[in-house]
Amino acid sequence: MTEMTVIEAVRSALREEMERDERVFVMGEDVGQRGGVFLATQGLIEDFGPQRVLDTPLAEASIMGIALGAAFRGMRPIPEVQFSDFVWPSVNQLIGEAARAYYGTNGALKVPMTVRIPYGGGIRGGLFHSQNVEALFFHTPGLLVVTPSTPYEAKGLLKSAIRDDNPVIFLEHKKTYRLVRGEVPDDDYTIPIGPADIKRVGGDVTVVSYGLAMHYCLAAAEAVAADGIAAEVVDLRTLKPLDTATILASVRKTGKLLIVHEDNISGGIGAEIAALAADEAFEYLDAPIARLCGPDVPTMPFAQTLEDAYMPNPEAIASELRRLASY
Amino acid sequence: MAQFIELPHVGESVVEGTIGKWLKQPGDRVERYDPLVEVVTDKVTMEVPSPVAGQLLRIIATEGETVPMGAAIAEVETDERATPAPAVQAAAASPTAPPAPVPPPPPATPATSTTPMSYLITNAQPVGPTGGSAVEALAQETADATSSPPVKPAAPPPPPAVATQLVDATNPAAHADADGERPAHRLSPAVRRLAREHQLDVDRITGTGMGGRVTRDDVLRFLEPAAGPATVPVPAPVSETIADEERLAITPVRRMIAEAMVRSASQIPHAWSMVEVDINGLVALRNRERDAFRQREGINLTYLPFALKAVAGALKDNPTLNASWGDDHIVLKRRINLGIAVAAPTGLVVPVIHDADRLSIAGLAHAIDDLAGRARSGALRLEDVQGGTFTVNNTGALGSSISGPIINHPQAGILTTEAVQQRPVVINEAIAIRWMMNLCLSFDHRINDGEESGGFLQSVKRRLEAVDGDTPIY
Repeated sequence: MTEMTVIEAVRSALREEMERDERVFVMGEDVGQRGGVFLATQGLIEDFGPQRVLDTPLAEASIMGIALGAAFRGMRPIPEVQFSDFVWPSVNQLIGEAARAYYGTNGALKVPMTVRIPYGGGIRGGLFHSQNVEALFFHTPGLLVVTPSTPYEAKGLLKSAIRDDNPVIFLEHKKTYRLVRGEVPDDDYTIPIGPADIKRVGGDVTVVSYGLAMHYCLAAAEAVAADGIAAEVVDLRTLKPLDTATILASVRKTGKLLIVHEDNISGGIGAEIAALAADEAFEYLDAPIARLCGPDVPTMPFAQTLEDAYMPNPEAIASELRRLASY
Repeated sequence: MAQFIELPHVGESVVEGTIGKWLKQPGDRVERYDPLVEVVTDKVTMEVPSPVAGQLLRIIATEGETVPMGAAIAEVETDERATPAPAVQAAAASPTAPPAPVPPPPPATPATSTTPMSYLITNAQPVGPTGGSAVEALAQETADATSSPPVKPAAPPPPPAVATQLVDATNPAAHADADGERPAHRLSPAVRRLAREHQLDVDRITGTGMGGRVTRDDVLRFLEPAAGPATVPVPAPVSETIADEERLAITPVRRMIAEAMVRSASQIPHAWSMVEVDINGLVALRNRERDAFRQREGINLTYLPFALKAVAGALKDNPTLNASWGDDHIVLKRRINLGIAVAAPTGLVVPVIHDADRLSIAGLAHAIDDLAGRARSGALRLEDVQGGTFTVNNTGALGSSISGPIINHPQAGILTTEAVQQRPVVINEAIAIRWMMNLCLSFDHRINDGEESGGFLQSVKRRLEAVDGDTPIY
């Protein structure tokens, strides 16, 4: 075991998979000479050369189109979108093409592509460096959407994503990059795409979250434990496919469900989970399903006070947990 | 005034920085925006400008030291009283002498409530790839946590009020609760399901939830004594040397019956009375009609519908028997809903014939057949067992001649119809053989005395004895 940050876990996974399979290559803006703006690809160009670590123009549509073509031809590209905010020019390549290729060709074309996307706010990034983009990809059949929260999961899930034959949207929360540390096994390991993980066991309220917000949920669960409230924290880890069995088992156990995410509330992941609980666990619910999510404002505000107001935080989550527990 | 200089936010995803080189030394004059110090992060090396003009008093974070964003790194004696936003005021400092004793620096952990460092997770535990192993790992972790409190950063201060308000504004549920309009008797789906599964009257459960709502846990606590023995296996007698007693698990139905009986016997002062009824006319009528009735209706014609008809009529005459005790008042029931005790496989159940006074003998016979049949097959609906105002128990079917029934709480009385027997009876100074039946009545002596209960019994008796060949069945 080695303690590392999320960014180090990502770097480690990329390096190991590039060593393991020569079809794996990374491409994107500043990923080569500069090692990536977050240094996720630091040192890779020195060891693997510019043929497998491609610095590209600022043109996301081209990055994704090239990666898609390479994937069709049997390569395993890892295009990086520098910030999730810049993914929009490549949405046609991702949603219009990558998501539908395997289905549309009756399995003739596979898309073994892992799109790494740093996302999320709380980092004073403002308008163009803070967006949450998961809901759009979550809505799209044919894509896998992965949202690790810890170094252990970042590495294990990234390796699974690279080895998967489907296009994977791999969302890395920027704020966790250097904020979250944890032990990571030294051996080669993977974490399967799909299963959620119960990060804290409790019988009173279920709180479902992912990414950075999941850590705030853990902090909130710890805070309300002092009041005798046992919150169960479900870390989704993978948004698509959603681990409905784990969510439902927990909701049936506690009867109360809080969903927390940073992304806007309307049409978000939480809406789908709420519908799932209402459909499949209605007769176990002992309180209204609650969501604590980002507000429906056009983008992350830059002012510190407004950004704080936008972001989920442990106090607000603890307050919701207390309300549900006493409902 | 003296002022601390904090390590500013130097880049997205960066949470700490290492002090490279100080570009000013203590005693140096510093203008606002003058390069003050080099800060090295794993992303970038940058010069941090001074946010204020003044004289550098001292350096807190020395070269090579790694400090979190927001930590105090130096102290500056400023020229002005009005301080720019990013700096934190020193609590006390000498106004003039630069190298004078200075107050201790604030802790390296961030001082303001808005810095992200408050929630630094130092070591997120790796857990298994599936929920299963994670459950065990976390259960262990939780157990460990209770025995020795983990070292955690101090609880962060509450967020600005605006944060809570903005976030709550997106949550309709929070509003619904805030206005307090939610009725306390509204039941959640979980409570409804449990009530249905255990045939519970939720009104009997004390609610501890918001506004007195009955919560799922309230129901589970209510059921606990019943659920416990049912799920815990009975100890095997083979392990005992001599097993001279056996312990039966108490089913939920048995438990409910027990509770109902205790409630009635302990709360209601029971009085008891009996009359003998000469039902020669009824027996003759029934013997004449039974085969035709069976052919027409497909069901048996028993004595019970006649008894129910008589009881319903007698209750009309004696409304205080169709009533319940309300502590500071007596509740008279306008409807006459007769419960009939049925031995179902799971135990006693009392389905109710609503508005029994409006039914003919044939109508009552069908109602009895329907309810008793569904009681035995477990197909009763909730409304079938609710709303009873008086109960009749045909103990005669079990061969009983005299019974002392316990009232179906909170009703005013219960009547048993006993075995129909030929007995010698004195009529007009002569002994005759007559078909006789006893009617036994237990009544709530708080509501009625012997006068009223006797009047009621006599009314039932009169009505049954008046049955003859002309009594209509339809």
